[in-house]
Amino acid sequence: MHKVLIVGEHDGKALNPATAKCVTCASGIPDSEITIVLLGADTAAVAAQAAAVAGVKSVLRVDRPENEHPLAAIFAPQLAALAADYTHVFGPSTSFGKDLMPRVAALLGAPQVSDLMAVEGAYRFRRPTYAGNAIVTVEADSARKLIATVRVASFEAAKSGGNAAVESKTIGVTLPSHTRYVGAKSGSTDRPDLQTAKRVVSGGRALGSAENFKLLLSLADKIGAAVGASRAAVDAGYAPNEMQVGQTGKIISPDIYIAIGISGAIQHLTGIKDARTIVAINKDGEAPIFEVADVGLVGDLFQIVPELERLVGG
Amino acid sequence: MQKIMVCIKRVVDYNVRIRVKPDGSGVMLDGVKMSVNPFDEIALEESLRIKERGTNIEVVAVSIGIADTQQQLRTALAMGADRAILVQTDTPVEPLTAAQTFLALAKKENPDLIFLGKQAIDDDANQTGQMLAAIWDRPQATYASKVEISGNKASVTREVDAGLETIEVDLPAVVTVDLRLNEPRYVKLPDIMKAKKKPLDVTSLDALGVSAGVLLKTVKTEPPAQRQKGVMVKDVAELVDVLKKKGLI
Repeated sequence: MHKVLIVGEHDGKALNPATAKCVTCASGIPDSEITIVLLGADTAAVAAQAAAVAGVKSVLRVDRPENEHPLAAIFAPQLAALAADYTHVFGPSTSFGKDLMPRVAALLGAPQVSDLMAVEGAYRFRRPTYAGNAIVTVEADSARKLIATVRVASFEAAKSGGNAAVESKTIGVTLPSHTRYVGAKSGSTDRPDLQTAKRVVSGGRALGSAENFKLLLSLADKIGAAVGASRAAVDAGYAPNEMQVGQTGKIISPDIYIAIGISGAIQHLTGIKDARTIVAINKDGEAPIFEVADVGLVGDLFQIVPELERLVGG
Repeated sequence: MQKIMVCIKRVVDYNVRIRVKPDGSGVMLDGVKMSVNPFDEIALEESLRIKERGTNIEVVAVSIGIADTQQQLRTALAMGADRAILVQTDTPVEPLTAAQTFLALAKKENPDLIFLGKQAIDDDANQTGQMLAAIWDRPQATYASKVEISGNKASVTREVDAGLETIEVDLPAVVTVDLRLNEPRYVKLPDIMKAKKKPLDVTSLDALGVSAGVLLKTVKTEPPAQRQKGVMVKDVAELVDVLKKKGLI
């Protein structure tokens, strides 16, 4: 049997949807038994949500004051100790998981599969390299633990309806004091979360200014979409960093992705390859974005976007 | 603050169109332009700026790779690193081996800070910095968009999914850098000439006591599935029509 430990991501209140996607990924491992571990100051509410994810056998709560903020240097030694009972340790390929999981892997002397996109066997997986331009199949030795970050865009979230046992766990490891959380600044918004949204409206450098970028926000709000941006738009200061979509930003898989004034650099396309439908609006008919778009419209975005907003209102 | 170590990887230049070999054994590298990993360039630039703000700070650029990796280390020296070390090996190393190698160098060099790019644009693994911090038993501050040093502490602003997060770490520490930390300087010709005289030591994994393990075997490399080319519409009304028919809006 393969015992898979999934490191649940949460903010103390809600379980991040990436966790249920990790469950789907882990359930693809033959003969697997899935446990979600939650580290936090008080994980009671989140544990109830994790226990309801279908396919999960048990949920472990590791509550201690030091776990209030997800610092890799604090979490990793606890997870490495806990990993003794498991064959696989998975986390989401989000900034949380990408920061944390390699630290766990190194403490265990174990290999990590980054951005795991397909399970081909208990120790055989596929993952993207070169900004998604070369997909490699990798094999690990079953004698070691296998650590992975799961590419969340590649998996559907596991359904709810589960009823896993919740257990509190004490892990007796000393924690370092060399790393301290200071604070966070997030562009708190009522819009859907970019990484899990069904609809995404995204803008590029052609928007020309932060002021013009608001055109997109208005369209997004009309259709209930999350807002993304190309690297060029973020670099130019039109949109904040958390909106960046692409190789080094967020990898997303919405039902519809509307790319507005985005030329489609290969690094950007990496982030949207899993979108069901890509719509491209650009004044340059030769822009590479049209090579991957399902529906393309050549024209002036400053005329098209307001008209689109008006017509989808019906 | 006396010494900064910057880890640099030689990778296929980011402008090169990657092609997978027909036999699935890897990607085509013959005659392809190679460069310093762009994130590592940002890491080096940040080291140089800290050096320029301080006094008597030495910046040591280190790399692991084939003999030709000296070219990328010479670029680092031309940008302003004081000296360089190449750990020469003909076989590509995995992130954990790279971390063990950098740890061996750190134990010799005793840097106050180790900078790396957050990921290399070839394997996109995003592991080495975190692994190095783990086995060095020191703090890590990944995805840095701002680094402020004061005394034996660093305050690092990190790009995270929700926005920006700030943490404080005691030095020595490992910092991996994100895109928007800085814009690397251009190398000027006189600096390239000067770089030729700077020391570049070559050592080996054996000499450092590191054995390169293969924990993950790559058995196949394939091109990604291609998306079908779609339809072009002539105006917004037709666009809305198509999207409605697909049930998307």
